[in-house]
Amino acid sequence: MSKDTQIIDKAISQEYEYGFTTNIEQETIPPGLNEDVIRLISSKKDEPKWLLDWRLKAYQKWLKMEEPDWSKLNYSNIDLQSISYYAAPKPKEKLNSLDEVDPELLDTYNKLGIPLEEQKMLANVAVDAVFDSVSVTTTFKEELEKHGVIFCSFSEAVKNHPNIVKKYLGSVVPTTDNYFAALNAAVFSDGSFVFIPKNVRCPMELSTYFRINAENTGQFERTLIIAEEGSHVSYLEGCTAPMRDENQLHAAVVELVAHKDSEIKYSTVQNWYPGDPKTGKGGIYNFVTKRGTCLGDNSKISWTQVETGSALTWKYPSCILKGDNSTGEFYSVALSNNFQQADTGTKMIHIGKNTKSTIISKGISAGKGQNTYRGGVKIMKGAENARNYSQCDSILIGDECGAHTFPYIDVRNPSAQMEHEASTSRIGEDQLFYCNQRGISTEDAVSMIVNGFCKKVFNELPMEFAVEAQKLMEVSLEGSVG
Amino acid sequence: MLEIKNLHAGIDGKTILNGINLKIKPGELHAIMGRNGSGKSTLANIITGREDYEVISGTVHFNGNNILDMSPEDRALNGIFMSFQYPVVIPGVNNTYFLRAALNSKLKHNGLKEVNAADFMHLIREKLKLVQMDEKYLSRAVNDGFSGGEKKRNEILQMLTLEPQLSILDETDSGLDIDALKIVAEGVNNFRDKERSFLAITHYQRLLDHMNPDYVHVLIDGKIVKSGDMKLAHELEEKGYSWLEA
Repeated sequence: MSKDTQIIDKAISQEYEYGFTTNIEQETIPPGLNEDVIRLISSKKDEPKWLLDWRLKAYQKWLKMEEPDWSKLNYSNIDLQSISYYAAPKPKEKLNSLDEVDPELLDTYNKLGIPLEEQKMLANVAVDAVFDSVSVTTTFKEELEKHGVIFCSFSEAVKNHPNIVKKYLGSVVPTTDNYFAALNAAVFSDGSFVFIPKNVRCPMELSTYFRINAENTGQFERTLIIAEEGSHVSYLEGCTAPMRDENQLHAAVVELVAHKDSEIKYSTVQNWYPGDPKTGKGGIYNFVTKRGTCLGDNSKISWTQVETGSALTWKYPSCILKGDNSTGEFYSVALSNNFQQADTGTKMIHIGKNTKSTIISKGISAGKGQNTYRGGVKIMKGAENARNYSQCDSILIGDECGAHTFPYIDVRNPSAQMEHEASTSRIGEDQLFYCNQRGISTEDAVSMIVNGFCKKVFNELPMEFAVEAQKLMEVSLEGSVG
Repeated sequence: MLEIKNLHAGIDGKTILNGINLKIKPGELHAIMGRNGSGKSTLANIITGREDYEVISGTVHFNGNNILDMSPEDRALNGIFMSFQYPVVIPGVNNTYFLRAALNSKLKHNGLKEVNAADFMHLIREKLKLVQMDEKYLSRAVNDGFSGGEKKRNEILQMLTLEPQLSILDETDSGLDIDALKIVAEGVNNFRDKERSFLAITHYQRLLDHMNPDYVHVLIDGKIVKSGDMKLAHELEEKGYSWLEA
């Protein structure tokens, strides 16, 4: 066993690759949450009155709500009064080019491998970089504008496209939806906004990189994506965060609206600081509400996520299949190593006729990690000939981790066709020896087995993310063999 | 090629091998026969370097090098191959991908150029014919849903692809019907040449009938008690093992 122990030690001692902080002067308001703080956020952002009222209403509702405790996550309560609800890099005069951006900020992006320079142009990716709470710069605007695509920060959208924002904000995730969504509605700082006009196929993958930087600053992002009739968009989201001792709360909300014959593909690679590998201390608490509505007939929403970071993950990207013949998909890889805990899955609500959903979930537990799949499939009365296929697989590495599966199924129409498959397996010593005996090293064997396990999900990612995801799995798992 | 001297070894503090001496020269096929628990599989596991097996005393040299301190993958890369008694299932890992990774690992070790996917397909199609396996196995996960016979043929396919110097065939005949047995034996026979050596571990002579070993050794209580040729195997089949026991 000595070799295994060594390998485990090595995995445990592996440092978080992106653990560094940037010394940028920040404008931060004192910790605490009350109505005045919300007014302050709103006025700092120069928001119209209707939005402030919306925030305050959400806050009032939130005050009456309780933090949910039904998940398998084990953590001590978050002191929301100790968090500062607004942080922005000190404002400078309006920027015309990258040269004017704080060099240290650019350096941070470079360390993360997210250059905003010409490489991105060549890679044909438009990046709307969210640094803490304020969008710093946006590229590829012109190319997108040519097609009528709106891709900007949420604040800009409020200023420039208030009617669209007003129409859809909270239409998929109402302020009362859950504790964290209500909190987000009250205090959200910024985020991304995407609008694809009728019959437009977005000419490039849209990607936003989030990065939490300021100490003790909760991050409350809000994303809204609207695909008009016959349009198509693929949106990528990737995250890393610097090392911290205190738990950082992240409570984002993402809303997607797909009209008739449109398609939205939303991909995430999440690699926030998972906490100290030896003690589990620090690390991001990730409480996210992501939901999309297939409003029109023949529309489609597809979620793909690779979750390797965060100390806690509480996340259920879901689809409401209202339009007839609409399709919802959920492809997920969630990794819990060391002291990480993940409680993640999806909800598929079938309302329209001939609606179809697919769920592929792959959970990987290593170290002392706990991984839970929690999913709900609901077939409503009017959903004639609805179909669902669910596959939930778990793999265990070592004997101190856990995998749990909670599939909830609620069928109210007898014409529904449901399929559910589940499996739990373990990377065994015998598998590793078999690979070793063929000349394959243990590290390569683990990565081969895990990547094989995740293949169905990785295949759904856009090319550049698939490569990144595979690399991320290797780094996150290096040597974690038992 | 392989030289084992006075090997004492065991597992979990229990001694199983009590002084094994064995020398296999290039081109030879040796068979080791013995009852369950006689130490046959322990010997195979010691040679291939499986964890948890402990060497108490004695030496194992392969091509003049002491291999007991080498990792299992280094032993494999240096030319030692084992056809497993119970080949392991690796879900999600494509058979072709696995085999190419193994071959490339070896080519790299030998300072040779790795083989690309297209060239590998050419190579593997030829090898498949030798063990009469259908191409559909290539796209399936390693040993996943394979019958006992298919698994064993897959092991021989791997041997033919990796071209080891020493092949240990651990109970390769178990779970095979007569036809599959013939295919496997032929696969091995066609692979034999002046340089390659084999160590076949088995209960029965039926595999040996097809292979015609140069030497047959009888293992009882972790010791080779008698060595001979094919005649010895036939004698064992007739009389059992008890007449050799002390």
